[in-house]
Amino acid sequence: MTENNNILSDEIVLEARGITKQFPGVLANDNINFDLRKGEIHALLGENGAGKSTLMNLIYGLHNPDKGEILVNGKPTAINSPIDSIKLGIGMVHQHFMLIPVFTVAENIMLGDETVKNGMLDQKAVAAKITQISSQYGLEVDPTALVGQLPVGTQQRVEIVKTLYRDAKIVILDEPTAVLTPQEADDLFRIMRDLTARGVSIIFITHKLKEVLAIADRITVMRAGRTVGTVLPKDTTSEKLATMMVGREVNLVIIKKQAVPKEPMLTVTDLHVNDVRDYPAVRGVSFEVRAGEVLGIAGVQGNGQTELAEALSGLRPTKKGHVLLAGKDITNKTPRVITQAGLANIPEDRQQHGLILSYSIGDNMALCDYYHQPFSKRGVMQPKALDENAQKLIKAFDVRTPSAFVSAGKLSGGNQQKVIVARELSRSVKLILASQPTRGLDVGSIEYIHGEIIKMRDRDVAVLLISAELDEILALSDRIAVMYRGQIVAIVDTKKTTREQLGLWMAGAHVQTPQ
Amino acid sequence: MDWKRFGFIALIITLLIGTVVYVGQTRQTPILIITSMLATTIAVATPLTLGALSGVYCERAGVVNIGIEGMMLTSAFFGWLGGIYMFQIFHMAAGVSIMFGVFFAIITGGLMALLLAALSITFKVDQIIGGTVINILAVGLTGFLNRQLFFGKGSVFGGNVPSSPGVLPTIHVPITEIFASLCGSSATCLENVQAINRVFDQKPIAISAILLVFISHYILFNTRWGLRTRAVGEHPRAADTVGINVIKMRYANVIIGGMFAGLAGAYFTIESVPSFEPLLTNGRGFISLAAMIFGNWTPIGAWAAALVFGASQALLINMQIFRDVIPPQLAFLQESYIVGLTPYILTMIILTGIIGKTTPPAADGVAYEK
Amino acid sequence: MQLEKQSISRSKQILQSILDAALVPFLAIFTAVVIGGIIIKMVGGNPFEAYMGLIEGSLGSKKALSETAIWATPYIFAGLAVALGFKGGLFNIGAEGQLAVGAVFSALIGYALPGWLGFDLPAIIHVPLTILFGMLMGGVWAGIVGALKAYTGGHEVINTIMMNYIALNTTSFLLNGVMKDPSPTNVIARTPLIATSARIAPIFDGLRVHWGFVLALLIAFLVWWILNKTTLGFEIRTVGLNPDAAKYAGINVKRIIILTMALSGMLAGLAGSVEVSGLNYRHELGFSIGYGYDAIAIALLGKSHPLGVVLAAFLFAAMRNGATRMQFLTQLPVDLISMLQALILLFVAADAIVRYIYRIKSRGERVVLTRGWGG
Repeated sequence: MTENNNILSDEIVLEARGITKQFPGVLANDNINFDLRKGEIHALLGENGAGKSTLMNLIYGLHNPDKGEILVNGKPTAINSPIDSIKLGIGMVHQHFMLIPVFTVAENIMLGDETVKNGMLDQKAVAAKITQISSQYGLEVDPTALVGQLPVGTQQRVEIVKTLYRDAKIVILDEPTAVLTPQEADDLFRIMRDLTARGVSIIFITHKLKEVLAIADRITVMRAGRTVGTVLPKDTTSEKLATMMVGREVNLVIIKKQAVPKEPMLTVTDLHVNDVRDYPAVRGVSFEVRAGEVLGIAGVQGNGQTELAEALSGLRPTKKGHVLLAGKDITNKTPRVITQAGLANIPEDRQQHGLILSYSIGDNMALCDYYHQPFSKRGVMQPKALDENAQKLIKAFDVRTPSAFVSAGKLSGGNQQKVIVARELSRSVKLILASQPTRGLDVGSIEYIHGEIIKMRDRDVAVLLISAELDEILALSDRIAVMYRGQIVAIVDTKKTTREQLGLWMAGAHVQTPQ
Repeated sequence: MDWKRFGFIALIITLLIGTVVYVGQTRQTPILIITSMLATTIAVATPLTLGALSGVYCERAGVVNIGIEGMMLTSAFFGWLGGIYMFQIFHMAAGVSIMFGVFFAIITGGLMALLLAALSITFKVDQIIGGTVINILAVGLTGFLNRQLFFGKGSVFGGNVPSSPGVLPTIHVPITEIFASLCGSSATCLENVQAINRVFDQKPIAISAILLVFISHYILFNTRWGLRTRAVGEHPRAADTVGINVIKMRYANVIIGGMFAGLAGAYFTIESVPSFEPLLTNGRGFISLAAMIFGNWTPIGAWAAALVFGASQALLINMQIFRDVIPPQLAFLQESYIVGLTPYILTMIILTGIIGKTTPPAADGVAYEK
Repeated sequence: MQLEKQSISRSKQILQSILDAALVPFLAIFTAVVIGGIIIKMVGGNPFEAYMGLIEGSLGSKKALSETAIWATPYIFAGLAVALGFKGGLFNIGAEGQLAVGAVFSALIGYALPGWLGFDLPAIIHVPLTILFGMLMGGVWAGIVGALKAYTGGHEVINTIMMNYIALNTTSFLLNGVMKDPSPTNVIARTPLIATSARIAPIFDGLRVHWGFVLALLIAFLVWWILNKTTLGFEIRTVGLNPDAAKYAGINVKRIIILTMALSGMLAGLAGSVEVSGLNYRHELGFSIGYGYDAIAIALLGKSHPLGVVLAAFLFAAMRNGATRMQFLTQLPVDLISMLQALILLFVAADAIVRYIYRIKSRGERVVLTRGWGG
């Protein structure tokens, strides 16, 4: 971990006063005051939905505040669009990259600020400037590479170069470590330190407590659209920060019993799966998950986990290999057959795959079972049965909603996930496949879902957990497998490994596994 | 563009031309037939080329344009009408009236496109529905006005269709005739040189279409405008974050696309035949879309695909000429029914992707929400 | 949870949603009528006279009502066809071609079957056969497009339009050729008259409205029931809303796409065959032009709900029927109706415009069909 010896300067480069922004149905920013000092790394901490990204989008000019003003270097500004903020020296690296996959690095970087010679795009001049920035800041990028083919860490570097290309002096990083291995995150922190040493000021948005204590010079906590307080890292602890984030005491550690694994429920042998472009994404993966244990698959997104989950649930064809669920061969079977064989699937993208947003909660609760009794008899749907089922599950899983007829789209992210969890876990289930189950959820929902997973484990259900959040994997899993470039590079007992070791595996380094 | 696709296109065109040569060789020399086919192909492919270019501009910016057919139809009508008004009512010279006609057609196309842009970009109507509305509106509007203005009792022209100022003339470009002197006194050589030159004797809109193909290619891939347009069609939010006005870019490109469709409309009533008939566009706006898809949303690719369709139509025309020498096995080629189906069936085959997968712009068809 | 409170709010919710759904179409029609009036004024007509003529001609007498019902019959079927497609997430612009194919082939069964069999058939067998055959051909015509979409990703918009042109050419070929009415006085491209045993009987003496109209209403109810009460309907709607989630739910998406298109085509085919069997007793080239595109407007106006489609079909039928009276009274050409209908379509499709003009807040989900070209 890097040191933060930075002495805070007195010069305030950016200040937000009284910022208020209302979106339909939610007050995203409520009278926010925030300031950034020159050369500091100021972390903005808060759980999902706290309003951090909204505030940054306002500063960057993607939206306009309803009330309040923004001052840069002491002068009030009128930021109506990114053109204005860019001119003021503000640059932003978004959580989901704003890069065009079919363009080259140079085209992406010059977009909006193109160098033109005789009416034509001057690719050479742009490439030269990129190379210069590259070597100056130690951010290696190839101007002629197609962005879509670059690994995620490199894409992030392109985004950072993009801001420096425009002489940004204030750089906003929105959840930058979500897509990085621990080592890449350390690299990023080094780059950030480097930038601040050259006079760049950084706002760093995150929901990860450990990072914030490691890298920030100051920490501002936001909760439900308001700022709760600004503290120095040395004056606070993870627990205190968590309490500020959530508003109540939070259990950071999950208390669970020792696992008592039984017979293997899921056996995967030499699985090969291709991705949407027909390139190999899963390249010969083998593992097993036993009843009563949680196997966590760690790894940065994009190493084949998505394709693995899709193949296991029948949404993607398997090219080679076998999958056995409780002894039954489910390789390349349809989703319905796999569901009937005892798989519960909590999909990565709940709105895209897990729910029909305009259907009622009740209909969504029966989404995978609508076709048989009691939900449908001889081809005719039975609304009463759907209703009763919905009521039962809403109560059992504590879904916060005024009625079962509300459409799923109107629920919060956490409640939507609860609907999916309720649906999946209410069947008799042998294996739970949970992909990024707590992504984008508030702390309360995260606690709930973690609790459900452990509960099912203790009922002798096998759990396969895929998550990019290493802390989640470490907290929940009994054994951990690391996926890198489509292969499992290590499988260890949780107790017998460390964060650092996992990080190295996630980055592709070959480490001796202590047996 | 990959070679598989170019190869397929070249193959089909060769096949089509070859068939006509085979059938008519007893009547005319192969060179005469080939050049005649090529000349016709280029001419007939004009509305498809322009329609496909229209599609390319719109869709590269992210707006699906099903309404090209309707835009062509309305432009054909108003261009023709404009020329007649200038000629008959304002008594302008025929040539000037014709130019006005073309101008009106282009403006009409732009206006219809403005409507589509407003519907799909500002009002966020589903783009296919928006395009269908344009098409239905076009049929209703042109049918109504056509009847009302020319056939109704109180109509301006009192029940007769006045004569239009005429069609655009063929431009004689002596590209190969420059080399006529090299022929010496050989009669066949002279004949061949003149025949080859016929390929280049085209009318203004046809020539403009080809020029616009290459100009569009340059603009799309080498200029700032083109880069921003493509960005807006691939990842509008990314473009937004670097300060590009997504809405403005989309509006501009759709209107430009409309003007291309307008020029295509002018082809029907000002370059091809100086009269208007309801529904005269006959599906060519939709076939343009197939050409655009097959050309992988590139101007040159779309042009090549349009040429295939043009060649099949040229075959039909030429078969009529050689009607009496068609061998019995190929007699079906006479049936305009069978050959007339080719463009439609060809389109469907292209859309299956069997001849090559195509990739539309990533944000094509999705309304942009801030 | 309080169940009683929920059931009260349930019926209130339904009423509320009906009002919500009907408000914008009503206002769209109103706006179009106003603008239509302005256009009429501009071309020298009297809007009041024109609209009175329309109303008189469509609803003013028993005969007028009968004729309106006749016009409404194919509109209801075709409108249902497009609406069903929409519900399944598919844009069936091919109702035009499916209708023509249905008409031609039902006419074939109507005039040729007794000849092939060598004996006459009782109406109770011949009529259903006639209609069914046309319905099936329509289903096949659309099913082809469905299969292409399911297995190759080929977008149904262009493919159905292509099939329309193919249908047009094919029917022209047939009606000018093998199926042409061989009677010596005939020069038009049309089939011979169908046998009396293949004809749908009129409901009342002296009026042309036939039992096909009643069939249309019944089918509308059937479509509503299938979509909202059956498992198949659930699957169709789910695929229409989110094919990814549908796959996850275990639905065989390819099968549903093909089925939805086929059912849609069958409805359009019915439109054609009922026209042949109940009204014209033959098929003539050009008789069915425009129904398919009107059907799109009707489906949109009716918000893809079978009841809405029936009402919208009536509106369009009234306009078409009343147009002749309007022309008689005001010398305005019947094409004005096309303009008016196009305007109504414009405002319905762009309901955002209507909302903007009349300051109505948006509530439901937007129809999203365009997901790019797929493939």
